[in-house]
Amino acid sequence: MCLWKILVVLQCPSMGCCCKLTLMSKLQVSTFDIQIVQHTNIPVGVEMERFADEADVVIVGGGPAGLSAAIRLKQLAKEQEKELRVCLVEKASQIGAHTLSGACLEPSALNELFPDWKERGAPLNTPVTEDLFSILTEKYRIPVPMLPGLPMNNHGNYIVRLGHFVHWLGEQAEELGVEIYPGYAAAEVLFHEDGSVKGIATNDVGIAKDGSPKDVFERGMELHAKVTLFGEGCHGHLAKQLYRQFNLRENCEPQTYAIGLKELWVIDEKKWRPGRVEHSVGWPLNRNTYGGSFLYHLNEGEPLVALGFVVGLDYTNPYLSPFREFQRWKHHPFVAKTLEGGDRIAYGARALNEGGYQCLPKVTFPGGMLIGCSPGFMNVPKIKGTHTAMKSGMLAAEAIFPKVTAEDPASETAGLHIPEYEDNLKKSWIWKELYAVRNIRPSFHNYFGLYGGMVYTGVFYWILRGKEPWTLKHAGLDSAQLKPAKECTPIEYPKPDGKLSFDLLSSVALSGTNHEGDQPPHLTLKDDSIPVANNLAIYDGPEQRFCPAGVYEYVPLETGEGMRLQINAQNCVHCKTCDIKDPSQNINWVVPEGSGGPAYNGL
Amino acid sequence: YIVTIRVKPDHSGVVTDGVKHSMNPFCEIAVEEAVKLKEKKFIKEVVAVSCGPTQVTETIRTALAMGCDRGIHVEVSGKDYEAMGPLQIAKIFAALAKKEEASLVILGKQAIDDDCNQTGQMTAALLDWPQGTFASEVTIDGEKVKVVREIDGGLETIKISMPAVLTADLRLNTPRYATLPNIMKAKKKKIANMKPADLGVDMVSRVEVLRVDEPPTRLAGVKVETVDDLVAKLKANGTI
Repeated sequence: MCLWKILVVLQCPSMGCCCKLTLMSKLQVSTFDIQIVQHTNIPVGVEMERFADEADVVIVGGGPAGLSAAIRLKQLAKEQEKELRVCLVEKASQIGAHTLSGACLEPSALNELFPDWKERGAPLNTPVTEDLFSILTEKYRIPVPMLPGLPMNNHGNYIVRLGHFVHWLGEQAEELGVEIYPGYAAAEVLFHEDGSVKGIATNDVGIAKDGSPKDVFERGMELHAKVTLFGEGCHGHLAKQLYRQFNLRENCEPQTYAIGLKELWVIDEKKWRPGRVEHSVGWPLNRNTYGGSFLYHLNEGEPLVALGFVVGLDYTNPYLSPFREFQRWKHHPFVAKTLEGGDRIAYGARALNEGGYQCLPKVTFPGGMLIGCSPGFMNVPKIKGTHTAMKSGMLAAEAIFPKVTAEDPASETAGLHIPEYEDNLKKSWIWKELYAVRNIRPSFHNYFGLYGGMVYTGVFYWILRGKEPWTLKHAGLDSAQLKPAKECTPIEYPKPDGKLSFDLLSSVALSGTNHEGDQPPHLTLKDDSIPVANNLAIYDGPEQRFCPAGVYEYVPLETGEGMRLQINAQNCVHCKTCDIKDPSQNINWVVPEGSGGPAYNGL
Repeated sequence: YIVTIRVKPDHSGVVTDGVKHSMNPFCEIAVEEAVKLKEKKFIKEVVAVSCGPTQVTETIRTALAMGCDRGIHVEVSGKDYEAMGPLQIAKIFAALAKKEEASLVILGKQAIDDDCNQTGQMTAALLDWPQGTFASEVTIDGEKVKVVREIDGGLETIKISMPAVLTADLRLNTPRYATLPNIMKAKKKKIANMKPADLGVDMVSRVEVLRVDEPPTRLAGVKVETVDDLVAKLKANGTI
């Protein structure tokens, strides 16, 4: 291992620790791999210099937040007749391919960004016409009236296929002159000597599984900017680094998450009710596991429904499999009657934020800022985060614009520090919304679980609108919530029937996920011995169950006794659940070569 | 290239809206070979050509980022695009090859969406040029090209004179990545725009697609214990 480290440093003296970090994190796959590298001849002629380019603003992530920020910046540039170079990098092969959400869009932010969105052809084709909420038991359904004023009331909202909406935002951004580069993953944050953020670097490509450069090896590119916006979505991997680097989480609670799994079905026309929104809680989850379902009837020509299941990642039973809970929920009579005779055409999964107000970190730091679901503006009881993500991007743009176009930005650091963004956030409707609902999610941590939470919501939110003077706390880190396997009972899940419920691998195939096979696995382990010694021994290997793509498998060792963790990195759908829920916090998700990952079409 | 393909509800084709389109893998190999030949100084200029709707310019841009000098986008959209097949494309390529006075036309051996494996051969026939198809090795030797072809029986080596049409097979080379700096530089390279009519090509198709269906779902197999069981089952379903 030491030999490899020294060689790397010699070849790129100007890169120093940054270069070492990038290559090392890919090498830490297993000691087995590092041994191979020691014997490989590092080609002397490998060019380690990186090409660098300058923009005014660089945005990481082509989701609602990143694109709204880019659009707002260009709109301001046009209004005030100033030149501004805005570059956006996105790891998916096309804008929208890694986007997954329910989704019921509240058009508030969109109305501010593009008041003429209808004329521009925004794909908001399905206004909500019916809103149903139920508590499910194994066989029955208890309807709950969706009174106006309850957070998840959807009057005035639209059911959208967020991937398509994001794709449309991308087209609007390109028309305004934003340079969008899909298929390029930001892998590294670059820093000035004064510690402020200088920009990002995309990852090196053409590295073989053992870490050695292939013939097609190419260094990544550096994009420098006055300000870099990080909109990587929930649990971004660069954001993790930034939290540590700038101590952004010292005054907030650790973020708590959920995993959302989703499918698209073409159903029998007779069962199709375009505009209908259905949500449920209860079965198959017990009252102490937060979660629920959604089922939306789209209105885009064919009888399409978007449905899915969300499970809070603070669950305690290591035998719980969110994927299998989702599959068995579909067998509930109320759900099965809609899906019977239909065809499943898409599948995907993604982690989402549940922390809300209590978990908001500091969002500005010298040279950059965090936008969207990365810091986490999702309104959990409303089950909506797109409108707040977009608004955060717009507020970031409005705070940045005067500074980057100013003749003399008057900044202490080379990378601009723009605390006005955080001030504007606190004055905006995002803050008011998140403050009002701050106590609903933590209210589920009581003896009555789900029912206690619903009572709390009914009393304190519906009547008092969150004006109570106290702020409840969440339970702590999601990864610390699992109980040891011997204290819990395994859950008996029914076998998939191939008509309503399906097995994991055929579901993963529908996500269209793929990665270049000959590259180091992007799911890295900090310590190779921990999975078997800790995760398997104490928790019975929960990663086999919480990964919605079958990446983690405990297989018997070829040499007889014992097990090893097999990581099928090619299956990964970039949901980030493993990085969040691993009880040993040993799994570190890093970004694979750009264009890898799922190929969602309008999820 | 991994995408989930769905047949349109009216069975007229597959759903292409919103599906990620990429450069055909054999075409990537063809582009790589052309760029390699230019780097070895055998050819002076590489022109990347594609026929289709506006999105095609992104694919041409990738080819420019890999090292091509300029691009030509032949605009075909709507009903013409849906009906477009190898013959129409071959006519367009033949017309362009003559117009540009090309010495080599390099294509991928087949497209992985229709698997026709016809365009290269038809282009050569329309031009009356020699063809080196399924190339796994290409060497230029003066005015001639030596092509090692992958055939069912093994490898066949032929020598053809230029101008010629070559089609690339899998083992010809490993295409380079289109890096971000090259994509940025490619934005400055020119892509000319034209229509099939400008080249005197009529896009009328003589092929009509009647119906597109998904392959039938594979039925479960049956395990038998003995050879007698197998024979009995084969007799029962009329196979023997």
